[in-house]
Amino acid sequence: MGVTIRLTQMALLGAGALLSIFMMANAVDTPFAIHMGIFLIAAVLGLIFVGRSLVGGVQPPSQDEYFDTVVRAGIIATVFWGVIGFTMGVYIASELAYPWLNFDVPWLNFGRLRPVHTSAVIFAFGGNGLIATSFYVVQRTNRTRLAFGNLAWFVFWGYQLFIVLAATGYVMGVTQGREYAEPEWYVDLWLTIVWVAYFLVFFGTLVKRKVSHIYVANWFYLSFIVTIAMLHLGNNMAVPVSFFGYKSYSLFSGAPDAITQWWYGHNAVGFFLTAGFLGMMYYFVPKRANRPVYSYRLSIVHFWALIFTYIWAGPHHLHYTALPDWVQTLGMVMSIILWMPSWGGMINGLMTLSGAWDKLRTDPILRMMVISVAFYGMSTFEGPMMAIKSVNALSHYTDWTVGHVHSGALGWVGMITMGSVYYIVPKLWNRARLYSETLVSWHFWLATLGIVVYASSMWVSGIMQGLMWREYDAQGFLVYSFAETVEAMHPYYALRALGGAFYLVGGLLMAFNVWQTIKGNIRSGEAVAEAARA
Amino acid sequence: MGLFNNHDKVERSATLLLILSFVVVTVGGLVEIAPLFWLDNTIEKVKGMRPYTPLELAGRKIYIREGCYLCHSQMIRPFRDEVERYGHYSLAAESMYDHPFQWGSKRTGPDLARVGGRYSDKWHREHMHDPRSVVPESVMPGYPFLAKTELDYEHIADDMRTNAIVGVPYTQDMIKNAKADVVAQATGEDTEGLVKRYGQKTFGSAVPLKARDFDGNPKKITELDALIAYLQMLGTLVDFKTFKPEGENLR
Repeated sequence: MGVTIRLTQMALLGAGALLSIFMMANAVDTPFAIHMGIFLIAAVLGLIFVGRSLVGGVQPPSQDEYFDTVVRAGIIATVFWGVIGFTMGVYIASELAYPWLNFDVPWLNFGRLRPVHTSAVIFAFGGNGLIATSFYVVQRTNRTRLAFGNLAWFVFWGYQLFIVLAATGYVMGVTQGREYAEPEWYVDLWLTIVWVAYFLVFFGTLVKRKVSHIYVANWFYLSFIVTIAMLHLGNNMAVPVSFFGYKSYSLFSGAPDAITQWWYGHNAVGFFLTAGFLGMMYYFVPKRANRPVYSYRLSIVHFWALIFTYIWAGPHHLHYTALPDWVQTLGMVMSIILWMPSWGGMINGLMTLSGAWDKLRTDPILRMMVISVAFYGMSTFEGPMMAIKSVNALSHYTDWTVGHVHSGALGWVGMITMGSVYYIVPKLWNRARLYSETLVSWHFWLATLGIVVYASSMWVSGIMQGLMWREYDAQGFLVYSFAETVEAMHPYYALRALGGAFYLVGGLLMAFNVWQTIKGNIRSGEAVAEAARA
Repeated sequence: MGLFNNHDKVERSATLLLILSFVVVTVGGLVEIAPLFWLDNTIEKVKGMRPYTPLELAGRKIYIREGCYLCHSQMIRPFRDEVERYGHYSLAAESMYDHPFQWGSKRTGPDLARVGGRYSDKWHREHMHDPRSVVPESVMPGYPFLAKTELDYEHIADDMRTNAIVGVPYTQDMIKNAKADVVAQATGEDTEGLVKRYGQKTFGSAVPLKARDFDGNPKKITELDALIAYLQMLGTLVDFKTFKPEGENLR
């Protein structure tokens, strides 16, 4: 059976390689030719890999064991892309403070690097974290191996290929011009294939589970996978100019296009950055605290209310625009309602520590998870507030939005992911403990300080600029020119880059710590300290 | 409560969980977004709107390629300060031919919805070459390479054909003459056909079509020609001296 499957895989990879060559030969523009070359390299590498295992007659793994090699790869990728994404963030933040850093070079310009940063942190760091932990969690909570054999490996490598294509495209100027959905049509098609495979692996594992009930973490992961598929297809409907070139034009225009994009954009936040990571929270917080989830009923309410309400909140990105007013108002109301399920989830996560609060003193990993849930609570309060039209009139188009996104992304998404990474790494590599918990503690404080500096500098700059734009003097003239408001931003932009740098250093500590743990090292002195603590 | 007792069924069936959670996430989009595609008042027709000329379309491609939308909005909100700073608030019709829309979400730089005609071509050339030479406080990257890069408009007719597929009213005549129209608009010579196809008389636009050597380099048609041509027409099509929001456009 193994041989037939491998031969089929090789036939598909061979066909993919031939198609890439054909597309590359007919390419009408250079970026497209380069991208087809990357596809070709990927297909050839795949052929070599599968071919070797065919010749070498590798034994199929036992179906009784968990499929953890792919999870390990995913965790390494999470850490790797995290460091890349944070670095890009610090760089483009510095560009805004010191514009000479653009160097007048096209591929270093803020406009091209900004999507590299956002995609690297959201899709590469966050996405790999979600895929890896979902594969880990779905096996453990259902007591069964991942479904469909090596398809999980295709998901992993296919997703890395998507990231490489997206990032290399941006620096070459290949973009749809849709925020957080920048990859062009052929990269979108590739992601669709990978995502279907991801769904099959995850859902297949649920179907063949060996327990009767599906655990709550999996509800969130499943909803994340399915809804992202819907959003991805809905928002990327575009007609390519040529099947041999990168450029496409979106099917919709103007106002309908805008609401489609923010239906996607807001729910990339709602389902990628929230629902998926709530899945993480519902597994790793109880595990680390060694306590059951606080309330089963609250998880039911949390789940259904959250996924129902999030979808409606997109129009708050388009307040006072040329979008029909009733849509804006409806979006505002639903955004405020969304506060409730969000805090329901926060309470469920925090209260899981009932009876285990003392662990916060001694366990920096649990501390990281708990502060992430606290940041989740803070940004899900700030979000509905900013969705109120009169608040949004001030905050929209300013750095306040950027600060809000980052307290969610750095605080909630980043911290829950990094806490989970610290939890999972010793388990995956069969190590007694992490290389160093002291370094985790350093990471915790660096990251927390970084977020506080980042968010508060953006509050100040955002609210200040919003107020400056609308300030009138006694004669009824606007007080500030636009350029003056830009000048006033400088100290806060420098400060923001510093906050990001703190967060990046924390990420580097994590990379070092994970690497040492994988190597099986324990930092001298700490093992003794742990013995004393126990 | 029944809800909680029956939830057991959902937790025991992966398929039921899948179907229910998918149905739940479709509702918002169906109620809130889908109607916009058939409600007539989503975009109210306004006199003056025309499709982009091929040169402007090429300029818009560069605008998107360089990620300008990440720092510049093209959507003026109906507030006193914005209207005074940027001009009349943006109408839905003004982006009806924008595939994709470029309303933006952040103003690191100013709104550009009505930047057309506000500055001279020379100002734009210097600004693109070195933004801080004309606006010392600016944090915008420099784009000196645009003036050096020849515009690739070999396949611009294909771009127009694709736009026509998604609903932009490009005629056969416009598509057939695409390349000639690029040259005419970027040089300001032999513009008769171009003006007939896109001009003020044809569409009732507020200002005459701009055709001239935008980048100040008559020897080459560059990416800077295209980008400035695009910027110089932004927000200039609708005549707000005659536009009456309370008249035929009343909601």
